[in-house]
Amino acid sequence: MSDLISSHQAPSANAVNSRHWLAQPFTEKATQRFLLVLLGAVALVSVLHLAFPEGHPLHVSTYTVTLLGKYLCYALLAVAVDLIWGYLGILSLGHGAFFALGGYAMGMYLMRQIGDRGVYGNPDLPDFMVFLNWDSLPWYWHGFDMAWFAFAMVVLAPGILALVFGFLAFRSRVTGVYLSIITQALTFALMLAFFRNEMGFGGNNGLTDFKDLLGFDLRSDATRLGLFIGSGLALAVGYILCRAIVSSKLGRVSVACRDAEARTRFLGYRVERVQLFVFVISAMLAGVAGAFYVPQVGIINPGEFSPLFSIEVVVWVALGGRATLYGAVIGALLVNYAKTVFTGIMPDAWLFALGALFVLVTVFLPQGIAGLMQQRFRRRPEPTAEENAA
Amino acid sequence: MNLIKELAQRDQVFSFMMPSVSPVDVRHGPILYLEDVSVSFDGFKAINNLNLTIDDGELRCIIGPNGAGKTTMMDIITGKTRPDEGSVWFGSRHNLLQMNEPEIASLGIGRKFQKPTVFEALTIFENLELAMASDKRVLPTLTARMNGEKRDRIEEVLTIIGLETQRYQRAGVLSHGQKQWLEIGMLLMQQPRLLLVDEPVAGMTEQEMERTAELLTRLAGHKSSHGRQSVVVVEHDMGFVRSIARTVTVLHQGSVLAEGSMDKVSSDPKVVEVYLGEGH
Repeated sequence: MSDLISSHQAPSANAVNSRHWLAQPFTEKATQRFLLVLLGAVALVSVLHLAFPEGHPLHVSTYTVTLLGKYLCYALLAVAVDLIWGYLGILSLGHGAFFALGGYAMGMYLMRQIGDRGVYGNPDLPDFMVFLNWDSLPWYWHGFDMAWFAFAMVVLAPGILALVFGFLAFRSRVTGVYLSIITQALTFALMLAFFRNEMGFGGNNGLTDFKDLLGFDLRSDATRLGLFIGSGLALAVGYILCRAIVSSKLGRVSVACRDAEARTRFLGYRVERVQLFVFVISAMLAGVAGAFYVPQVGIINPGEFSPLFSIEVVVWVALGGRATLYGAVIGALLVNYAKTVFTGIMPDAWLFALGALFVLVTVFLPQGIAGLMQQRFRRRPEPTAEENAA
Repeated sequence: MNLIKELAQRDQVFSFMMPSVSPVDVRHGPILYLEDVSVSFDGFKAINNLNLTIDDGELRCIIGPNGAGKTTMMDIITGKTRPDEGSVWFGSRHNLLQMNEPEIASLGIGRKFQKPTVFEALTIFENLELAMASDKRVLPTLTARMNGEKRDRIEEVLTIIGLETQRYQRAGVLSHGQKQWLEIGMLLMQQPRLLLVDEPVAGMTEQEMERTAELLTRLAGHKSSHGRQSVVVVEHDMGFVRSIARTVTVLHQGSVLAEGSMDKVSSDPKVVEVYLGEGH
């Protein structure tokens, strides 16, 4: 496995850093190119949406803008998974759980924003609680009427779950397939829990019927465009953060943990702490992705915890190419575009198509689309910082 | 006497009150001290009442037939395996049995594995960078920056191990012998007080062997900023052992069979029997 991954990174990509770790990504050619394409595409879609009237052939509809915004959230989730799978060798089959928790935190805020405009007109209680004859808010719903608190919970809730889960798992040196299975169990358990009405998260139906976010009407075109741009920026910031981590010395230690865990320990690194740190960051990024996702699709329900969804995310990353980060973005966008098209034509065939895609990529493109691109556009390696200095 | 003098110095914290990360105490001679160590796996006694003392600055060779417990002994010293009984001390202050692998490593015990393990996806330069003695906690590692001093240190080791022209190549492309050298280089970057070297010349050519022998003898007793270096070599190759050894310890069935100079040991009838019995 490590052989497959190792050939991804050109040696030049790992220029040993002499700059501040957060400044490092901005000096990398590949990252500059990625950000240029991403922000350029976001700007282009925004301009086409605003500048051309509806019905014009160049007009991008609000529906498409929201759809693309959703894809961008998926892409951020894929980047979070690639950070731990590609660079740390931790295959999480439960990252959908962190995504959904971020989504629920956002959903709870949006529910509280509905106020007395709900069907039952109760100023404090969301509709489903009135329906269940509850007379007061459960304690964990308090504070979610304040935006700052809810937004903090978007990263803290997945972060704390990842911290506790990761602490227990990595301390007992659970890795490899066993870890994958427990992450899968984690998301499944959460799904079952969130399905229950007594949990107080809307049970089967989840949270929906949102009205506005920070005072902006969620159904207006301007808010939708704003959320799309926000998703693009979140992806850009998340990408830069991940890039900063993987090109720091900690990133090289992560690769060391991935390929020779025992050796890394004997060098004096606390492998379990490295794993925990990166795992928590990854979970927080997944939470942010979920928070941008929910206002755009207008609903969050326990389906997002479904084990199948988490596995799908892994397929995106595998298809795009592991340990490249941009591969994860490409994979997420492509597979989801294909899903939109396919489920439109033949809804029943989608899962078969996805499965076939996964098998074909594993057999013929072990390094994913990113690997294919690297082969196609093989340039002479760029001189590293060291060689420049010499 | 030293202790009494120390107790009289009321302006200092008593050394035995200091936290256990304090420097290694070798005033009494040995840097490594194993006493009555036993460990068994599923009833098989891999180590049986092993007693071993390594002096500060010593180069010690450990030989023995397969299954004599050489690698298990290294596992115990580095914290990978916990013995069933016995005690293991590093200097006279650090009880190794109460520490985990990273703690033992940062205390100054470096280990080279039998099968060379380097980080194949990383370049040779990066391999040495990760091994360098530094703050190995997560956040300092995240914010660590390369500077001239660290680069000089890496260049120095690159020259010693003769890989300076390949510094930006991935370690995965190196030959078996070169990997062994890179791993020795990584040990040097750690600036350890005690080097545990498991079969360093396996897969090496005659010439590479000579260079390794030269390097190991130079390292033992070498004075670095934090004290003298001691080296423990586990090896099968008798010619190699003869070329470097001052003192040899023969392990057999998990305990010490003989100890002394190479000549004394190789004429010991018990040793001859064990080795001849094995078909050597």
